[in-house]
Amino acid sequence: MPPARRRPAAGLSALDLDQVILAPLVLVRGGEGLLVDRAVSHLQALASERDPNVEVTRLEAAAYESGQLDMVASPSLFGENRHIVVSGVESATDAFIEDGLAYVARLSPELDDVTVVLRHEKGVRGKKLLDAIAAAGLPVVACEPIKRDADKVAFAAAEFRKAGRRVSGPAVQALVEAVGSDLRELGAACTQLIADTTSAITPDVVQRYYGGRVEATGFKVADTAIEGRGGQAVTLLRHALSTGVDPVLLVAALASKLRVLAKVAAMRGRGASAPTDLGLAPWQIDRARRELDGWSPEGLARAITAVATADAEVKGAGRDAEFAVERAVLRVAQARGER
Amino acid sequence: MSLWDAVVGQEDVVAVLAEAVRNRGAMTHAWLITGPPGSGRSVAARVFAAALQAPDDVDGTSHDAQTALAGTHADVTVVRTEKSIINIDETRSLVSLAQRAPSQGRWRVIIVEDADRMTERTSNVLLKAIEEPPPRTVWLLCAPSPLDVATTIRSRCRSLNLQVPPARAVADLLVRRDGVDPDLALECALAAQSHIGMAKRLATHPDVRAYRARVLAIPGSIRGVGDAVLLAGDLVETATEQSKAATTERDAEEKVALLRGMGAVEGAALPPTLRAQLRQLEDDQKRRARRALIDVLDRAMIDLLSFYRDVLVVQLGSDVELVNTAAAGSIRAMAASSTPEQSVRRMHAIGETRTRLDGNVAPLLAMEAMTVALRPQG
Repeated sequence: MPPARRRPAAGLSALDLDQVILAPLVLVRGGEGLLVDRAVSHLQALASERDPNVEVTRLEAAAYESGQLDMVASPSLFGENRHIVVSGVESATDAFIEDGLAYVARLSPELDDVTVVLRHEKGVRGKKLLDAIAAAGLPVVACEPIKRDADKVAFAAAEFRKAGRRVSGPAVQALVEAVGSDLRELGAACTQLIADTTSAITPDVVQRYYGGRVEATGFKVADTAIEGRGGQAVTLLRHALSTGVDPVLLVAALASKLRVLAKVAAMRGRGASAPTDLGLAPWQIDRARRELDGWSPEGLARAITAVATADAEVKGAGRDAEFAVERAVLRVAQARGER
Repeated sequence: MSLWDAVVGQEDVVAVLAEAVRNRGAMTHAWLITGPPGSGRSVAARVFAAALQAPDDVDGTSHDAQTALAGTHADVTVVRTEKSIINIDETRSLVSLAQRAPSQGRWRVIIVEDADRMTERTSNVLLKAIEEPPPRTVWLLCAPSPLDVATTIRSRCRSLNLQVPPARAVADLLVRRDGVDPDLALECALAAQSHIGMAKRLATHPDVRAYRARVLAIPGSIRGVGDAVLLAGDLVETATEQSKAATTERDAEEKVALLRGMGAVEGAALPPTLRAQLRQLEDDQKRRARRALIDVLDRAMIDLLSFYRDVLVVQLGSDVELVNTAAAGSIRAMAASSTPEQSVRRMHAIGETRTRLDGNVAPLLAMEAMTVALRPQG
């Protein structure tokens, strides 16, 4: 008797792997490498759970030649299950798309002895095939890049929860600040903390392991400087410089922040409420309004002048580009609160 | 009308050049023609080239003279660039060109219009060729000042310095040559500070005059830092539009011509082997667009400088003529509301911004710093 048919809803999230179950064909789609890897190995684990003798075949869609899929999916002599992982569907050859479409078209919805996993990491190449998969009601696992800090915090917290470990909110926050720019790195850091420590994970623990590291981008430096926290801004700046952020970009970030502040200040000065004229998004304006506290027109003028000087120095007028940016950051931080 | 009339207000230089054409003994193999922008350096070089090719043609109506003036004469090579610098590869070809005898005229003339746009490495390529060209080759280099070319180049050339022509001479030229109304001609000649090409553009294009008027309205309309930043944004945006208007159509035409020349099928994907050439073209176009933008902004800053110069003239009560006769009202208002020290400081800020743009500072940021420095302050 065939197993009860369960048809999973299309559009699963890779964040919750319990939902992801084996199907005749599963499409794993999205740009977050870590999640894609996890979903693919989760499916492979399910396949070998089902049949310990499963034969796993890997295909590279970019180098696919006509007929390969049928060859590896055809019945085997000893009747064991077959699990086929096709990677690089985003740069597949035309032959693969053709064969894939034909394969999807004659696929029976029942779980058979062949399971196929397709990895499609970016772009819309092979859209016809992707659409056909979705239309056939086959499961699609979404692995969209995690960009917002809040989502990263949720991801890290889930990692610890899965391992059955208690972790405090500030500790997760500190971890994301330290290694949050790359999800793979964040995942690895969570794994390491889980493996290396025994009790609950506190900010102290995170500090002990990742205390020296801060991921600083140009905009983070600029934000801190504009809040008037000079010392902290310089610390971030040094981190940014030593992790390879270009001084030119740092100056550009400062300049664009100040530009928004000045524009919003001008709008406020006129009492007009036509934000569309400024070419700014509403959240930018809200944020700038909050940040404008403590800024006088004179201070803004001084900050803009300092940043312009730094840009010239970074581009060759000064001797040391890093010193020029550092001085600009300090001057901007000082300019806040000046009358 | 004599051939030399096109060189306005430069009697001394014309005498030297005319003598060189007449008298072989007064001729030199390399000339460095310097003078402020708009004083007619390249015109002088072309007229000299025409006179060399057709020494007996006083009116400049012969075929030789006309083609030399237009830069199409077979023995006259004009080197100019629309990018920010003259490329070293463009320069290398000149070295072998200089060794060839003239094909029909009496001289092989090589005019380098923007000699100041050669980097030192580039000009080194030319050292030998300029020092000892074959007997019938003559180099004409043009630059704003002798200091703008490498010392080693300068010392190999005979230097000729053009004066700023008097505004009235420029106005006369506009009236005589382009049929401009005399009052307007004088106003434009003054506004362009005797830059002949600019004066002509101002006199013959009403939209250019309107843009200039808008630039001159900037100092009066900055009330605070916010305004300053917004105005800088406007200024850069308009300048970008202007430079785009000048280049976009041409960019597209060049691309189509290149693709057709390479035999690429329209609408189909470009074969990878041809992509490098397309990219080269696009890079060149980008550089040209940047130079066009910087040129427009630089022009605006020169106009602003002239405005504050006038303000200072009024403040110091000196009896020299105003440059911006059309904006006399706002100049007097500005003079009354600020001090001479402020005017000087503002002029300094504008000058600094020009240097910065030259040093590749982001145009918007540079202009913001400038307009911020122009705001009324105690």
